[in-house]
Parts: sequence; C-alpha cells; structure tokens
Amino acid sequence: MQTFDLEAQGLRALNATLHAQADNTNQTKWEIINPKGSHAIAVGLDAPIEVNVKGSTGYYCAGMNKQATVHVHGSAGPGTAENMMSGTVIVEGDASQYAGATGHGGTLIIKGNASSRCGISMKGIDIIVHGNIGHMSAFMAQSGNIVVCGDAGDALGDSCYEARFFVRGSVKSLGADCIEKEMRPEHIELLEELLERGGCDAKASEFKRYGSARTLYNFDVDNAAAY
Amino acid sequence: MKDHDARGIPHTTPRQSATFTQDANSDIRRAAATGIYDIRGGGAKRKVPHFDDLLFLGASISRYPLEGYREKCGTDVTLGTRHASNPIKLDIPITIAGMSFGALSGPAKEALGRGASAAGTSTTTGDGGMTPEERGHSSKLVYQYLPSRYGMNPDDLRKADAIEIVVGQGAKPGGGGMLLGQKISDRVAEMRNLPKGIDQRSSCRHPDWTGPDDLEIKILELREITGWKVPIYVKVAGARPYFDTTLAVKAGADVVVLDGMQGGTAATQDVFIEHVGQPTLACIRPAVRALQDLGMHREVQLIVSGGIRNGADVAKAMALGADAVAIGTAALIALGDNDPKWESEYNKLGTTAGAYDDWHEGQDPAGITTQDPELMKRFDPVEGGRRLRNYLKVLTLEAQTIARACGKNHMHNLEPEDLVALTMEAAAMAQVPLAGTDWYPGKPNTSY
Repeated sequence: MQTFDLEAQGLRALNATLHAQADNTNQTKWEIINPKGSHAIAVGLDAPIEVNVKGSTGYYCAGMNKQATVHVHGSAGPGTAENMMSGTVIVEGDASQYAGATGHGGTLIIKGNASSRCGISMKGIDIIVHGNIGHMSAFMAQSGNIVVCGDAGDALGDSCYEARFFVRGSVKSLGADCIEKEMRPEHIELLEELLERGGCDAKASEFKRYGSARTLYNFDVDNAAAY
Repeated sequence: MKDHDARGIPHTTPRQSATFTQDANSDIRRAAATGIYDIRGGGAKRKVPHFDDLLFLGASISRYPLEGYREKCGTDVTLGTRHASNPIKLDIPITIAGMSFGALSGPAKEALGRGASAAGTSTTTGDGGMTPEERGHSSKLVYQYLPSRYGMNPDDLRKADAIEIVVGQGAKPGGGGMLLGQKISDRVAEMRNLPKGIDQRSSCRHPDWTGPDDLEIKILELREITGWKVPIYVKVAGARPYFDTTLAVKAGADVVVLDGMQGGTAATQDVFIEHVGQPTLACIRPAVRALQDLGMHREVQLIVSGGIRNGADVAKAMALGADAVAIGTAALIALGDNDPKWESEYNKLGTTAGAYDDWHEGQDPAGITTQDPELMKRFDPVEGGRRLRNYLKVLTLEAQTIARACGKNHMHNLEPEDLVALTMEAAAMAQVPLAGTDWYPGKPNTSY
C-alpha cells in the first residue's frame, strides 16, 4: 500500500505519480490522505490500480478514468467520474451534480444519493445509486444503464436516446420522450447483474424500466430535407 | 405590361417594398410551405461593418517602410505561453478553425491537415472527435472540447497539441447544433455512440460545468490529465467580448478564440445566424481591452475568426490587437467548395455557386461537406491540401506586404494607429479615426 498525503505533497505530484503507473505496475494499491475536498483528484488514470481516497473530494474526482478502481471514502463533488472510459468508481457517501456525466464505460457506484443531472449525456457507463437521484438526471443520455434503488427527481431521461433507467422507488416526473417500458426477461437478467455489481440489497422485480420513446430521433421527419 | 390603364391614366412604376423584399417574401413562402424554420451554414450574410470598412495608411514621411522581398517581416506566432510547457509555435498567424468530422468528410479533414501542415500552421477538430487521418496529417492539431463530448476520450486528449474548450460559436452564440440523420454514416454513428440515421443534437452548454468558477476547475482537470503540457484555449462567440474574454482569462485560459457572427461553417437556424451575435469587427477591441486591463495582452493570445478572406483582413485583425486569426469558410472555398465548375449541380439543389450553404444536408456537389461515398470521390485530399497551402501562403504574403508598407518588421507590430475607417460605424467599432479626421465616435475626452 502506497500512501500519498495530498495536503503535503500537492495535486500535481499526486496525478503525475498515478499517471506514471504502467499496466504491469507492482504498486497496485494507493491510499490518499487529507483530500479535504480538493478538485481533480486521481483524474486521467490509465492503469489497473486501486486508489482509496480517505475523505471527501471536490469536482471531477476520477474524471476520464480508465482501468483503475477509485474508492472515495466520503462524499464526492460535482462531475465525479465524468467521461469515465472503464474501471470502477465507488463513492461511499453522496455525490453532487453531474455524477458520471458523459461516461463512456466502466461502473460508478454511489452508496448514498446523487444530485441533479446524474448521468447527463452518458455514453455507455453503468451508474448504480443506492439512494435517490436528483432532477434532470440522464438528460440526453445516449447509452448505458442507471440503477436507482431510491427515487428519481423531476424530468428523468429528458431527450434520452438508447440508455436504460431502472428505478425502484418513485419518479417525480419523466422528461420529454422518456417513457416507462416493459421489463422483459433480458432486462431482469441485466438488472440482477448490475445490482450484484453495485452491492445493492434489492430485488430486480421491484424495479421499473424507463427509456426513450424514440419520437424525437428525427426532428420532423416529414420535412427533413428542408432543415 | 401597358403603361396606362383603359382610361388612359398612366400606371405608376411597380415598386418593390424595402421591408417585404423578394428575399423576405421567399422566406415567408418557404415557411408557409414547410412549417419549419430554415437551417443553413455560411454565417451571417447580411451586410455588417467589416474589415473592408478599414484602410491602412501605409508609410509616409513620418513612417519608414520596409523593402518588400528584402527586409524581414516576421509572421511566426507562439500560442499558449501562459501555462503550457509545450506552447504551439506556428510559422504563420493563420490557423484552421474547428469543423467536425461528420459535417466534413474524412478526405476533407485530411486535406485541411495536409494544407495547414505544409503552411506551418495548426488545424482543429470539431464536434465528433478526432480521426486518425486528421491526426496523422496535421503536424499541429487542436482538439475541441465541446458540450456534446461526442468522441471525447483521454487518449485523444493526450494526442492533441492544444485543447480548445468551446463555449460558443460566432454563428450561434448560445445555441447548440444538429447533425441531420442523412449524414450519420456507420463511422460517424460509432464515433458519437448513437444509432445510425437519427438526428444528432449537440448541446448548447457543457454538461458538467456552469459559469466561470466551474470553468476554472474544468481547466484544472484538463491540465492535470494532460500534465500541464498543452495550451488550453477557450473559444467564445462574439456576444459580450469584454466580459467573456475577462472571464476566460480569469478561469485560466492560455488562448482566447473569438468568433464573430460572420463565422459560419456551423449549421443552425437562419434567423439565429442573422440576428444573434455581433460582427467580428465590433468584438476585437473590447476583447483586446479586456486583455490589456488584466495586463495579459500578448501573454494570453487572442485568435480572431469570422469573415477572414484575404491578407488585408489578417493584417487588420492583427493591427486591432489579435495575435492570430482562424479561417473556416474560406478554407472550404479554397478546398473547392462553391466552385462554379459545379454550377449545374448547385442549380439542381435550387441554388448557385457562391450561395450554397446547406452544408449540413450532405449533398455537397464538391464532395467536401458530405458523408456520401459517391460525392466524396469527387474530392482529392492531396490536391485539396495543395490548394489550401497555396491559399494560406497568399494570405501570409498579402499580410506581410501590408505590414512592410506600414514599416513593421513583424506582423505583431501592426497597431490601430496604422488604420483609418471609411464609415462612422466602423470607426466606432474599431476605435480608429474616421478617414480624414482624428476622431472616432466614443473617443475619450471628446464630446461625441
């Protein structure tokens, strides 16, 4: 276990050190102490390492992550795991707005609640939230999955494309072109795998599925040539 | 038509309305027929005060000219000197503006890279991500970081020579975009992670930050990911240039890219293009003043775009305080877009060479703004690159000619004092004297 004191050694040194880890590094476990809400902690990682952040983080923790597992033992600020490509990010507490924004892959697990715009413009990431998610979550979500063990706020999935949303509790309102959809066996199977991956104590049968009605895919097909 | 009626009373001359012009009436008829607004590219077409409304004074007894062809007039520019460990060094102060793969064909992007590299300057990606042929043919490539984040990934981010965070585009300050389904080929769909054939919307604002305080943190994140090596540009539309420039600098930008309303390879509603934003000429001085007020002029570089056509435009933008310019529409024309040799095909599309602006529809007869494999065959990227190189060289030579005539041994030594304006409007916007006077509207300590 490598320990890095962020307050003493600084952000640039932290990220440079983590970026220097190769695929075959033998320094696979890292502990970051004294994060104190700093921004851009462990961003742009690209190695199969495990990073434990002992405290809460500011904006964009684990942004653009590849391969690495980043575990925040606290709450996370806006844009956590934004544009993640692969790997896993776990937040023990709550996550602020834009969690998992534009993520292309990997898994984001939020043990508490996620604020507004969770999964905005997501492009393949899986987001698993043990608690609730805020308003305008999954706005323009392209692909991937969001699992919400609690409730969803206003305008879930507004203008979404092919992403899937599984919500156990209530949905305050659905956004434009987002509808409830049938839970077929393949969705139950997928959800069970996601719940297991996220360490959620919930049954797939308790969830409803939401997604795009696909009525906004072409702005006005009758006049497409005139746009 | 008879010149009098049945009673012998003369007709008055038929009179077209200055308000309901033939253009306005055709817009009304089109709207009535389709029920949808018109979308096009090409930037603002209305006449606005522009660089043509300025003149250089040249040297005289009080100024000493440099000998053309013999005395040096430097054109190099370094961008990103504020924070980046690897700033971009260009041979000429004319860059290629961002235009997406998707909007443009792969061979067209290749040609832009070939031409720009041969001329010693940079090209820029666009919405949709970075293509291998674009990276491979561009010696210096600026990677745009856009609200949609289509194709965004850290590997490409690290391959870039600079990152340009796009906040706004001159054609549509405050607006997003849409790539029509007919241009969404398998490859474009895969890069954007969306189904083939659907209209692909691009957001008008970034998904994970709001306002200048957030932007500062976003820039920090991008610098950390790229090791503080490459410059970070912030591109703003010509809306509130003083405040936008100030806030971009405050947020940590190395370079500010300022795009006026004539900038326009981006497609959007005609009403948006013509009625939102300010002319390029009106934006430069407020942006330069913002940099000067912050003590950052020349430390944070300013790139101006929107309506640059010739070396005089380049020189005028730089005399007003820009460090470099960017071209988009002019680059497409240099590649062969809107060429009269395709006139019969433009006619079939209901337009004419020079006026074709439906670049977003994918039917470009020149094979440049299309994903149609048959149309793309018409365009040769090697020849296109050669033409762009030639054009960039001519722009540079023209600008140098003017700079030497003003006695400048480097393009960056051009200054507002070298200019006069032909109209009151241009004098006010450029803050240079109306020709024949020593006054411009708004000049300090004058009563007008």
